Amino acid sequence: MTAAPLDKPMTLNKLKLSHTAVYWIGFSVVMALLIVAPLVLPAFWGGFLTEILIWGLLAMSSDLLIGYTGMVSFGHSAFFGLGMYGAAAALLVVSPPNLWLAILFGLGGAAGAALFVAYFSTRLRDIYFAITTLIFSQIFYVIIFTWTAVTGGENGLIFGRPHFTIPLVVNVPFNSRTMHWFVLAVVTGSYLILRRVTQSPFGMVLQSIRENEARTRAIGYPVERYKIVSVMLSGLFAGLAGVLYAIQKEFAAPDFVYFLTSGDTVIYNVMGGIGTLVGPIVGAGFFQLMRQLLSEWFGDQFPYLIPLGLIFIAMIIFLPQGLLGFARRWLNR
Amino acid sequence: MGAVGHLFQSIPIDLLIIQTVNGIVTGMILALVASGLTLIFGIMDVVNFAHGELFMLGAYMGVIAFATTGNFWLALALSALIIGIFGAALQIVTLRPLIGRDPLNTILATFGISLVLQNYALWQFGPVARKISEPISAEFTLFYLQYPWYRIVIALLSAAIIGSLWLFLKFSKFGVWIRATTQDRVMAQAMGIPVPRVYTGVFALGAAMAAASGVLFAPFGGVDYSMGLQWVLEAFIVVVVGGMGNLVGSIVAAIFISLLEAYAAVWLDPSQAVIVSFVVLILTLLFRPTGLFATPK
Repeated sequence: MTAAPLDKPMTLNKLKLSHTAVYWIGFSVVMALLIVAPLVLPAFWGGFLTEILIWGLLAMSSDLLIGYTGMVSFGHSAFFGLGMYGAAAALLVVSPPNLWLAILFGLGGAAGAALFVAYFSTRLRDIYFAITTLIFSQIFYVIIFTWTAVTGGENGLIFGRPHFTIPLVVNVPFNSRTMHWFVLAVVTGSYLILRRVTQSPFGMVLQSIRENEARTRAIGYPVERYKIVSVMLSGLFAGLAGVLYAIQKEFAAPDFVYFLTSGDTVIYNVMGGIGTLVGPIVGAGFFQLMRQLLSEWFGDQFPYLIPLGLIFIAMIIFLPQGLLGFARRWLNR
Repeated sequence: MGAVGHLFQSIPIDLLIIQTVNGIVTGMILALVASGLTLIFGIMDVVNFAHGELFMLGAYMGVIAFATTGNFWLALALSALIIGIFGAALQIVTLRPLIGRDPLNTILATFGISLVLQNYALWQFGPVARKISEPISAEFTLFYLQYPWYRIVIALLSAAIIGSLWLFLKFSKFGVWIRATTQDRVMAQAMGIPVPRVYTGVFALGAAMAAASGVLFAPFGGVDYSMGLQWVLEAFIVVVVGGMGNLVGSIVAAIFISLLEAYAAVWLDPSQAVIVSFVVLILTLLFRPTGLFATPK
């Protein structure tokens, strides 16, 4: 279906449908499946799906940098973690715990980290950018890990899940289903916003930076400013994913600020297909599913990262476009 | 000012001297790690994420070889040889197909390699750190401390390895090939230099150096599967601060940063002293983004 020539209308059940129609039909089908999923799936797999959506949001935020601006960030764990700890701060300090305040605090934390990282690391390109983002995320990790009095150090922070509130209208506690729908709503909203951003004139400038930075600068665009905004935007969405994860898991731990989370994020992107926005979600799903299945087949002690790492290396060599790479142009129209 | 003066007065001078020696010793090992990294980067444009894992595997090889042969220096040579060959194989299988592609592909590939190797080590050797005894047990008196000679020997040995690398690059035929490839890859190929083989050789050389530093470090740090990341991070900082691909710069930067960290450890917890190197990195990025010791082109 997706391999059809781009400029011709697609044929579906003898009806001629425009690209837009096919896109939105596909979108609705996937949405319907994701909405129904928690009603059909057993409890464990329902929660599993919710987490995949959250990891997908993290990966999607990083795709804005990797796939559209052409900068590989190895530091997304910092934004994700600051989102988590920001939410934790709001939930622990303010009583009764408030969902929106948690999101606000989480976004604030992530924005602060993103501003810091963006200001320094966008001075550098390519590999240097990747390394500096990695080192910055380690700074945040060391601070969070050693500042035991505030962050709980190695043990992290534990808190309760806030109620879902709309002031004066609704005030209900989350259960696993409503949590799933809430996460789904946030992730879908983020996807639509990011899709709009990448198709906007701003997103076009980002893509032209990816294609040819020198020429973009020569045309007269302030490349550094665009890069800073792009890193900050990406950091905000990564922070949002962190908030969701904190609320889902009811704890914040330094492990999530550690470099491995950033590494996983990059893997999701490469596996799913960079520059597609939905690809990273598929990549996250593929990775987490493989991980789950491997540890079910071979036991908890099985080093699942060895086969997954080998698949990852093989994909870089033989399938650099990722699983959804074939649909990249179609998805970005 | 008074508070600062008091802070300095309360630090005994002998402690500072001890920390200076410590800083130089770790600085020399770090320089050895970083020069392998910067060699690979300077010639192949490859940022080798797996360098820390080669360091770690080298240390494990050293432990195993020491257990079987009983001779530390033999274990050092064997480990460097084995990891060097392993590095060559790794380069041929994973990095050679990526030549000519976006350099970011190679970062991702080496990141994947590091993930696999680290988890392999955890699976194969378990999470408990291995210890290896120092080959030289003699000590000398440094103020109130009995300072092991072995550490001084490490520093000298690292310097000797880096020195012989320099001589190798300067005078051997392969070294001339390497330098020619660094300067102009296409022209070097046109002159009949087997560039792909140079790449493989350089990667093997870098891997062997990482392994050697791993074995040298093993007696006073212990060997575990996660040691690689910490070292590769420090080495990255050193390489960026020293100027990417600049061998002398990274050696100077390695000693500079290790000294700073050693002094910081007087006041701070060692796990926080790492922050000092991060601060050096940030300041470098702010004022000299091409590295402190970069030669302007």
